[in-house]
Amino acid sequence: MEQTIENTIRQYLLNEFLPGEDPNELKDDTPLITGGILDSIATLKIVSFLESAFDIQLSAHEADADYLDSVATIAGLVRQKQAEG
Amino acid sequence: MTTTPSPCSLIGGLTGAATIGPGRVAIEDPGTGRWINYRDLAALTDRVRDRLVHAGVGRGDRVGLCLTKSIDAVAVIYGILKAGAVYVPVDDTAPATRNAYILNDCTVRTVVVEQDAAIPLRNALAALDAKTNPCLIQLPATEGNRLPITAALDALETKDYAPAATSVEPDPDDLAYILYTSGSTGQPKGVMLSHRNATSFLNWCTDTFQPTRDDRFASHAPFHFDLSILDIHTSLRHGATLVLFGQNVGKDPARLASVMAKSRLTFWYSAPSILSLLAQYGNLGSHDFSTLRMVLFAGEVFPIKHLRALKGMIPHPRYFNLYGPTETNVCTFHEIPATIPDDRTDPYPIGRTCSHLSTCVVEGTTPVDAGEEGELCVAGNGVMQAYWNLDKQTERVFFTDDQDVRWYRTGDIVYEDHAGAYLFRGRHDRMVKKRGYRIELGEIEASLYRHPEVREAAVIADANDAGVYIKAFIHMADGGKPSLIAFNRYCSEQLPLYMVPDKFIFGGALPKTATDKIDYQQLSGTGLPKSQHRTTNQHHGFQLDQ
Repeated sequence: MEQTIENTIRQYLLNEFLPGEDPNELKDDTPLITGGILDSIATLKIVSFLESAFDIQLSAHEADADYLDSVATIAGLVRQKQAEG
Repeated sequence: MTTTPSPCSLIGGLTGAATIGPGRVAIEDPGTGRWINYRDLAALTDRVRDRLVHAGVGRGDRVGLCLTKSIDAVAVIYGILKAGAVYVPVDDTAPATRNAYILNDCTVRTVVVEQDAAIPLRNALAALDAKTNPCLIQLPATEGNRLPITAALDALETKDYAPAATSVEPDPDDLAYILYTSGSTGQPKGVMLSHRNATSFLNWCTDTFQPTRDDRFASHAPFHFDLSILDIHTSLRHGATLVLFGQNVGKDPARLASVMAKSRLTFWYSAPSILSLLAQYGNLGSHDFSTLRMVLFAGEVFPIKHLRALKGMIPHPRYFNLYGPTETNVCTFHEIPATIPDDRTDPYPIGRTCSHLSTCVVEGTTPVDAGEEGELCVAGNGVMQAYWNLDKQTERVFFTDDQDVRWYRTGDIVYEDHAGAYLFRGRHDRMVKKRGYRIELGEIEASLYRHPEVREAAVIADANDAGVYIKAFIHMADGGKPSLIAFNRYCSEQLPLYMVPDKFIFGGALPKTATDKIDYQQLSGTGLPKSQHRTTNQHHGFQLDQ
C-alpha cells in the first residue's frame, strides 16, 4: 500500500488503539474522538507521534477534536504544518 | 479582607459580595477573554430569576442546565437559586439520551441549553415518552459583545416582558442542586443536596482554607461534578474571582499550565489525574506559579510519584488531599507534609473527619475496633437527603444507630492509623474512579446489553502506571468479533466518553461461578478464560498491509 500521510496515521491508530480491527473499518472520516476511540490521553500520544513521525510542531490548541477527530483532519493538519515548515 | 458569608443559603453570599465589592471581578473566562464584575453578575442573575419565575418556576422546582462552562452557566445557576429552585447540571458533552433521562427523571420545569444542543435534547426527551415537557431557554452560539444569556434574555424580553420577581430565601432543608452520578442499575441516580448540605460544607471550607476576596479560584471541574461546589460557591460568597477552565483547555496539560500561570491563581482544586499530567507534560518549570497558595485534590488516589514531582516543581503552596463521595461532599481531609520522603511509595491518608461531620467505621452496622478495616460511614449536616425517586437505593445506603443518628454508608473500606487519620483500602462494590469520574461498572454493562447483538457482557476495572482503565468482555450472539470502531461508536452514543471501555475483549460464553453468575474473579485474574481471544495492546501483532 502506498505510504501516504493518511496510511501512516491509519497504521499508527490501528496498532496503538484498535488492535485486531479490520483496517477497512477505519475510514478517512471515521470519528475518532467523538466516536469514543480516542480519549484525552490518547490525543496526547497522537500529538507526540505526529511530531516525531512528520517532524512538525503542533500548538497546544491543535490537540483537540477540531483537528484530530478523523484520519482526514489529522492528515490535513500535518500537510498544513509541513507547508508552513 | 474576609467577608462573612450568610450562614445558610447560597444566594446570600453572592448578594453580600455584590454589596461590598460591586466593581470587583466575579468571574473570568480566559477561553473567551470575557469577565463580569459582581454588580453585573448580581443584575444578570436577577434577570435569569425573573425570566424563570415568569415561566412558572417556583420554589423547589427543578431547572436543568446543559451548558459549556461559561459566565452564562454560573449566572444561570444563581438565577435558578434566586428563584428558589433546584439546579440540575448535566454534562453537555454526554449523549443527549443520557441527559434527557436525567432531566426527565427529576421532571425539570425548564432547561437552559445551548442552541446546538436543543434539538437533540428535545428529540431525546420525545423518544423517552417523557413525564415532563420542559420549556427550553436557548442560548445562541455567539452574540458579539453580549453574553449569550443576555442575548437570549433580550430576545425573550421583546416578545414577552418578565416583571421583576423577588429572590426566594430558602429554608435550610430546601434542595439547592441535584447531582447525577453513575448508577449500578444502568441509569444515573440523582443525589439530592440541600442548602444546609451545601452551606455546612462551604462554612467548613471557610474555616479551613481562610479564603479572602483577593483570592483567585480555578474552576477546573465540570459543573455536574461535585468538586465544582467548592470552586463556584466558595469563590463567589467571599467576593473572590472565579477563573473558568473549560473542557478543551482543562484536559491539555501544556496549554492548561500556561493559562493557569497567566491567570495568577491562588486556589487550585481538581482530580489528581490532571495534576499528574501537568507534572509530566505541563513544562511547569517554565511558568510562574508564585501566587498559588492552595492545591487541593480529590476524587481518586494521587500516585506518590507524580505528587512528589508536582511538589518538586511547585513547592510553596499547601497541598491537601480531600476525600468524600458526592453524597457528602468532602468528609475527610489530609494536608500533605512539606517534604515527601524519597522512599515513600504508599499514598497519603484520606485523613481526619471534617469538623461539620462525624464518621465511623463499621462491619455491617457494628463499629469495628480501632485500627480494624471496615466501611466508612458519615453523618451530619453535609450528608445528602436521598437519591431522587429511588427509595430502595436510599434505604440501602443509610442506617440509623441506637442513638438515632442516621449514617450514610460510603461503600469505601478504610482503617484508621495511629495518628487518627483514615487510610483508603478499596471499594466493597463495583464502583470505580477513573480520572476522578465515578463510574458504576454495572451502568456500562447495562449499556452493552442494550446492543442488539450482545449476548453477554462483563466489565472490570484494572490499573496500571497511567491509572485506572476499563475492560469489557463481550460474547456476541454470533460468537464473532465485531468492528472495534463500530463498538466504540455505539458506546459513545450511550455513555459519556470517560465511561467507554478502554479495551474490548470478544469471545465465547463468559466464565460462570458455581451459582451460574459471571465469574468476575476469573475475568480479572491473570488467566483469561481459555475460550477468549484477546484484542489488547500487548497482543496484537497486527499489520495494516496484511
